[in-house]
This record gives sequence, structure tokens and C-alpha cells, in this order.
Amino acid sequence: MLDLALHARRGSFHLQVECRLASDWTVIFGPSGAGKSTLLRLLAGLDRNAHGDTAAGRVALDGRVLTDTASGHWLKPGRRQTSLVAQQPSLFPHLSVESNVAYGLAGASGVAAFDRASRAARVQQMLELVDAMDLVNHRPQDLSGGQAQRVALARALAPGPRLLLLDEPFSALDGVASDALIGRLQHWAHVKGVQTILATHDATDAFSTAAEVALLREGKLVALGPAAEVLASERDRIVGRLGSA
Amino acid sequence: MDWQAFALSLRLATVTTAILLIVAVPLAALLVLGRGRWLAALEALAALPLVLPPTVLGFFLLVLLGPRTAVGRGITALLGHPLAFSFAGLVVGSVIYSLPFAVQPLVAGFAAVEPALVDAARLLGAGSVRLVLTLLVPLARRSLLAAAVLSFLHTVGEFGVVLMLGGDIPGATRTLSIVLYNQVENFDYSAASRTSATLLGLSIVALAAIYLGGQMRGGRRRA
Repeated sequence: MLDLALHARRGSFHLQVECRLASDWTVIFGPSGAGKSTLLRLLAGLDRNAHGDTAAGRVALDGRVLTDTASGHWLKPGRRQTSLVAQQPSLFPHLSVESNVAYGLAGASGVAAFDRASRAARVQQMLELVDAMDLVNHRPQDLSGGQAQRVALARALAPGPRLLLLDEPFSALDGVASDALIGRLQHWAHVKGVQTILATHDATDAFSTAAEVALLREGKLVALGPAAEVLASERDRIVGRLGSA
Repeated sequence: MDWQAFALSLRLATVTTAILLIVAVPLAALLVLGRGRWLAALEALAALPLVLPPTVLGFFLLVLLGPRTAVGRGITALLGHPLAFSFAGLVVGSVIYSLPFAVQPLVAGFAAVEPALVDAARLLGAGSVRLVLTLLVPLARRSLLAAAVLSFLHTVGEFGVVLMLGGDIPGATRTLSIVLYNQVENFDYSAASRTSATLLGLSIVALAAIYLGGQMRGGRRRA
């Protein structure tokens, strides 16, 4: 259960979202520039007030407060049990695939949170989940876009996040591969109790995979509910606009 | 050729470079990753030796480390001798004087690391120390090499700070630059030529190391 009430300004862009996301798989759907990435970065704790930009509000995951600017509470990104996978995989170029996936398995100070054997097993398990086991000894520069996105996903899943944020992370995969990976991921998230938020501008992704859809437009949440209901209201809105044109 | 001065110059440059890297890596990381208006003041302070005349810096340090200040008296009480006119005093002066030559390449190298990589490491739980050691330093290897070589060469060639703070004590503070000055003052131009050629050779070897290192890295990238 994710409760959020966030207000942010990035130059002339304003984001204002207040809602409760109860489903374990939510899609934030909206066109480019709607504020999807900004929202996910705020949830991950990556953006704070800087260079004239402001961000304020409250975020709580299963009752645990991650951000509460009123009281000055702001958990560091690494302490939120939150992972973010962006469209650009951003793999560490000097590390192998194996070391990339294992990076989050050490403590904040670098002291190993997993012993060597369990770390290797965890890396293997995550790479198998994203169907990238054969890439374990590769370097990021040797990977295709789709392979790099799979590895980035495995790296994000390895530490066992409670909240998984996906910012159009399957853009380099073809439709079949993307659907298969999303299917596996949904199953994994459900079994592990990981709340997942997928941001996309692709209507097919939004309405074919989601139990819950949040419709974001120009920084505002305009609809939230079961995918079929949101799709119907959006269809009515478009039909209404066409009729009045 | 004054081999004693040659060895002293190399020793001074090596010790200074080692200390500078230990100081400059966290300082550069703080300047790149930190937040707050005071960072601009810190950056300016770290760059001050670039514009401060070496003799002025040497004079300030001579006064600060001398018996007239509490700092100087404290150090003398601690070490049993004053820092001025000693090898340790030269190291202190050289570290301060060469600080910008270590910090600025590292700041440029760390700032060139993609912010998305830094975000990814932070999300994966990396604290500041781990972020620097496992991400910034490996990805800014060439800047680290540049910082080391520039610091080394700058220390080998420094004159004003050495003369003001260390004087001309054979085996303790007489470096190659002081030797060269003495040779020119005595009109011994053939000896001065050899000393100058030695300093020039050191500079060329060090610069070649930077460029070869950069080319090898570029070659590996292209391969």
C-alpha cells in the first residue's frame, strides 16, 4: 500500500499527485511530459529541492514514512527498499554483468550483506528470472539494448525491494519478449509481495497488464481505478472531444 | 649533477603526491556530489594556491609554522623541532601549493560520470565512501592519473614555497630547483643545463604517461 501526496515544481512544470495505490501492480499511464518520470524519481527519493526546483509532500509505503517534508523526514534512496529501473539501463560500465547484479547485495558501507555463496546464488536467480543467465560474464558494452535492460532489471530486483518502480524499462524489447518478461515479473512481484509501479505511455502496456491504472496528464492525476474503468472513461473523453469538434 | 637534491626532489614529490591523492579524492567528491552554497567557497579556497604567488604562500606558512604563532609553537612542542626549514615543512607547503593540481582534474573527472550511474548506485544502497571507491574513482581513472602526475611535476618544479619555507639546507630542503637557482647565480651554465634537462626529462616522461594511459584506455573502448 503506497500513500502519496506530492507537489513538485520543475521550472514551469508542476506535478501534483495525491492518491493511495493499493494494487500490487499499478500502471501510471500518460503521454510524454505528463510527469511520470518525475513522480517515480520523487518516490525513489532521488530528487530533492535543488536549483530553484521544489518538491514537497508525504510518501508512505505500508505505513512506513519514506518522505515527509513537513517534518523534514527524507529517507535516503538506498534505505527505502525501493528500486527504480529507467529506460536507460545505466549499467556500471567497468563491472561485469555478474558484478552489476551483485552491486546492491552489499551494505551501504560496502560490507557484504550476503556471503559469497548466497550472493552468487542470488545473482543467478535474478538473471534466470529475466532470462539473461547466459550473460553473466559479459561486459555492459557487449550487450544489446534489450539485454542491458534485462540485466538492469535483475540488478534492481536482487536486493529484494518492497517497492519496484519501472520507468518504461522494456522499450528496447520486442512485443513478445516484453510481454513474457512482464508476465514473469508480475508473477514474481505477486509471490514476493513487491508493490510495482510501471510508468508507460504505451496504451497496450497500460491496459493489458494492469490491475490498476493511474492516468496522469500535465502533472495531474486525472483518473485512478481498475484498468477497464479508466480505459472506458478515457474512451468516453476522446469520443466526447471528437463529437464537440 | 646533484644526486642528493635529485633524490630529495623525488622523495618530496612522491610523499606530496600520495598525501594529495588521499586528501583530494574525498574533497573532489564532496565538491561534485555535495549540496550547499558553502561548497562554492570551499572550491574557491581549494583553488586559491593557483593565483596566490608562491612566495606569498611560503611567507604565510613560514609565519604560521614559526615560533610567533600558537600553531607553530604547538607543532614545535609536538615534534621537538619547528616545521620550517625541515623536510616535513616542505611537505606541508607542497601539499597546500599543489592542492589545485590534484583537485581540479578529479573534479572534472568525477563530474563527467553520468548522474544516472550515481543515482543507480545510491538506489542500490551505496553510501558516499562506496560510491566514490567503486564508481567515481574507477570511472575517472584517467583524471586520477592526471592528478597524480600534475601534482608530482608541480612539486618537483616548485621554487618559491621551497625557498621561503625551507631555505637551502643540503639533504633536508635543497631541491633541484634550488640547485638550479644556485648554479645560475654562480654562472655555472653547463651544470644548470644538465639540471634543467633533468627536470625537462621528468616532465616529458610524466606527460607521456598521461597521454599513453589515455590512448590505451581509448583503445580498449574502441576494441
